[in-house]
Amino acid sequence: MSEKLEQISDHDGNFMTLQFASRSENEAFARVAVAAFVTQLDPTMDELTDLKTVVSEAVTNCIIHGYDNDPNGVVTITARIEEEIVTITIEDKGNGIEDLELAKQPLYTSKPELERSGMGFTIMENFMDEFEVVSNLGSGTHIRMKKRIESKKALYN
Amino acid sequence: MNLQVELEHHRRVLIVRLRGELDHHTAEAVRTKMDEAIQRGRAEHLVLSLEDLTFMDSSGLGVILGRYKVIKSLGGKMVVCHVNPSVHRLFELSGLFKILAIYENERTALSELEVVS
Repeated sequence: MSEKLEQISDHDGNFMTLQFASRSENEAFARVAVAAFVTQLDPTMDELTDLKTVVSEAVTNCIIHGYDNDPNGVVTITARIEEEIVTITIEDKGNGIEDLELAKQPLYTSKPELERSGMGFTIMENFMDEFEVVSNLGSGTHIRMKKRIESKKALYN
Repeated sequence: MNLQVELEHHRRVLIVRLRGELDHHTAEAVRTKMDEAIQRGRAEHLVLSLEDLTFMDSSGLGVILGRYKVIKSLGGKMVVCHVNPSVHRLFELSGLFKILAIYENERTALSELEVVS
């Protein structure tokens, strides 16, 4: 872990790392923590809502799909701020996704019995400027996404 | 839990007001409370009022779509009111606004449903 932190801090800019149990009550904590970290960029309410929503989607996926609702899993979030760009990674060490292209289809869900809307990936793709998923069966899923926070830029211009 | 469900019966219409944050964690309780109220059977139609909903993600879309299906299967109509811009955006992305009528407030939603019934 310390090696990973050093690796992150080699980059310019500010960063944070958060690890927590894969319990649904932590979904609200995770999105509020990321939003609080990003507040230093002076985002608009809309930008904050977008970030909170994508964090909520990704963490929910870790819990429901990555760990099948097993509370013993660990979810790791990192957020990094470089100038006006925020990069968020959200990772689990769970099941992995069998067919990533299918999982990304709007309205597709592997768990229809749970009344999932199948919109998680679509929301992440739409609300962020960049979005990528790396998933390996049996070893977990890693999501990396970026968003430019416009409000600070507008302030400088 | 950071979400409250308020139920009010208005003739044949059940008004459901959600206050707080609707995510995966709170979705189950919302589903249970709404289904219990629907199954009690006094109401034919449902107005979902979102004025005090401060956060919603795709888990909320799942619950709303699920309740829409329940009401529809019982022959009723479900509408939504006080939809803020971020919730509206989720409705648009998912296509939900094509099947759910959206009204500005409870009064306009109720008067529409009373014309229907």
